Amino acid sequence: MGAQIRVYRQKISSTTSMQKIFKAMELIAASRIGKARVRVTASLPYSNAITRAVSAVASQSEVDHPLTTEPAQIRRAAVLVMTSDRGLAGSYSASVLKQAEHLIELLHEEGKDVTTYLVGRKAQAYFDFRGREYAKVWTGGTDAPEFETARELREALLQDFATDFEEGGVDEIHVVYTQFKSMVVQEPTVIRLLPLEVVEEEVESSSDLLPLYEFEPEPADVLDALLPRYIESRIFSALLQAAASELAARQRAMKTAGDNASDLIKKYTRLRNNARQAEITQELSEIVAGADALNAS
Amino acid sequence: MANLEVEIVAADHAVWSGAATLVKGFTSEGEIGILPGHAPLLAVLAPGLLEIAPVDGGRFSVDVDGGFFSVDSNRVVIVADGARLQDGTAANAGIR
Repeated sequence: MGAQIRVYRQKISSTTSMQKIFKAMELIAASRIGKARVRVTASLPYSNAITRAVSAVASQSEVDHPLTTEPAQIRRAAVLVMTSDRGLAGSYSASVLKQAEHLIELLHEEGKDVTTYLVGRKAQAYFDFRGREYAKVWTGGTDAPEFETARELREALLQDFATDFEEGGVDEIHVVYTQFKSMVVQEPTVIRLLPLEVVEEEVESSSDLLPLYEFEPEPADVLDALLPRYIESRIFSALLQAAASELAARQRAMKTAGDNASDLIKKYTRLRNNARQAEITQELSEIVAGADALNAS
Repeated sequence: MANLEVEIVAADHAVWSGAATLVKGFTSEGEIGILPGHAPLLAVLAPGLLEIAPVDGGRFSVDVDGGFFSVDSNRVVIVADGARLQDGTAANAGIR
């Protein structure tokens, strides 16, 4: 009997200490997410300016750039998967990986080889555990990505894109990341990074119309300088959104875990009280039975 | 005469924005000065010092690592890979 009470007491104390950890992690994620969202907003002016400039060059000059030309035949595709370094973020990494698996399967069905690039220790662990190969991995700092990381990613990806298929190069590049829509909605998303698609758009108002730019030096050279930066900024914004999503997912997961812990504590406290009461009742009935037996003799 | 509306952005943050009367910098071809009323231009920026004469306060310079800039209807957007304001009292007044 006493053993049962002791077991409940142990469970209560361990759940309480776990609840404290969950609470702390929830608060940390909550405080970091504000910063992450500010960084997403702060990167917007840069990416807007670049997008505008790229569309200006693309729409005003007939330039064939290797990065915008669709290869005749796509034989190998690269997939860049952005997950987190650490767990305790609910289904965050799992859902990105699921989306990536789906994409890889789709690419295989189209008869393409797939090379994978990974961001985050979770993706690395996932691939290592299954004994699958990946081209390159970047770990560390997924919850506060640096621009340098985006640059390294861009350099590695562009280098492989420029290499011929026969020498291990890739013909197209996809990115799988989590889009941060709001604090409650984060969606695993796939974008095709390369080759870039030049979209012709109908302009509705005259203010959206781009002026006829002069280019210095030549349009082709300007495009040469712009496109790598454009790709860099796309990758960086994906990294930032993934970071904000990771923190939001972690905050939510920790909140649920904390709530579950307090439910468990409540349940175990009831059971412990029950057990204590049962022990007292039993002791009483033993005493009464003993007294009765004495009286009867 | 109208003023230039200048915006300097780096990859992860806006560096400076405000009204100015002159922007001077280096393109890959050579030095360029932009006054209000300049024709639309899209140019590659070479690493070096940018000089800006704001409407309020004295001139200041910004150290950029390269990038590009666009000019259209008196709006100058300077997109730099990295940009640092040089020390100066006038420069700090413009930071928002």
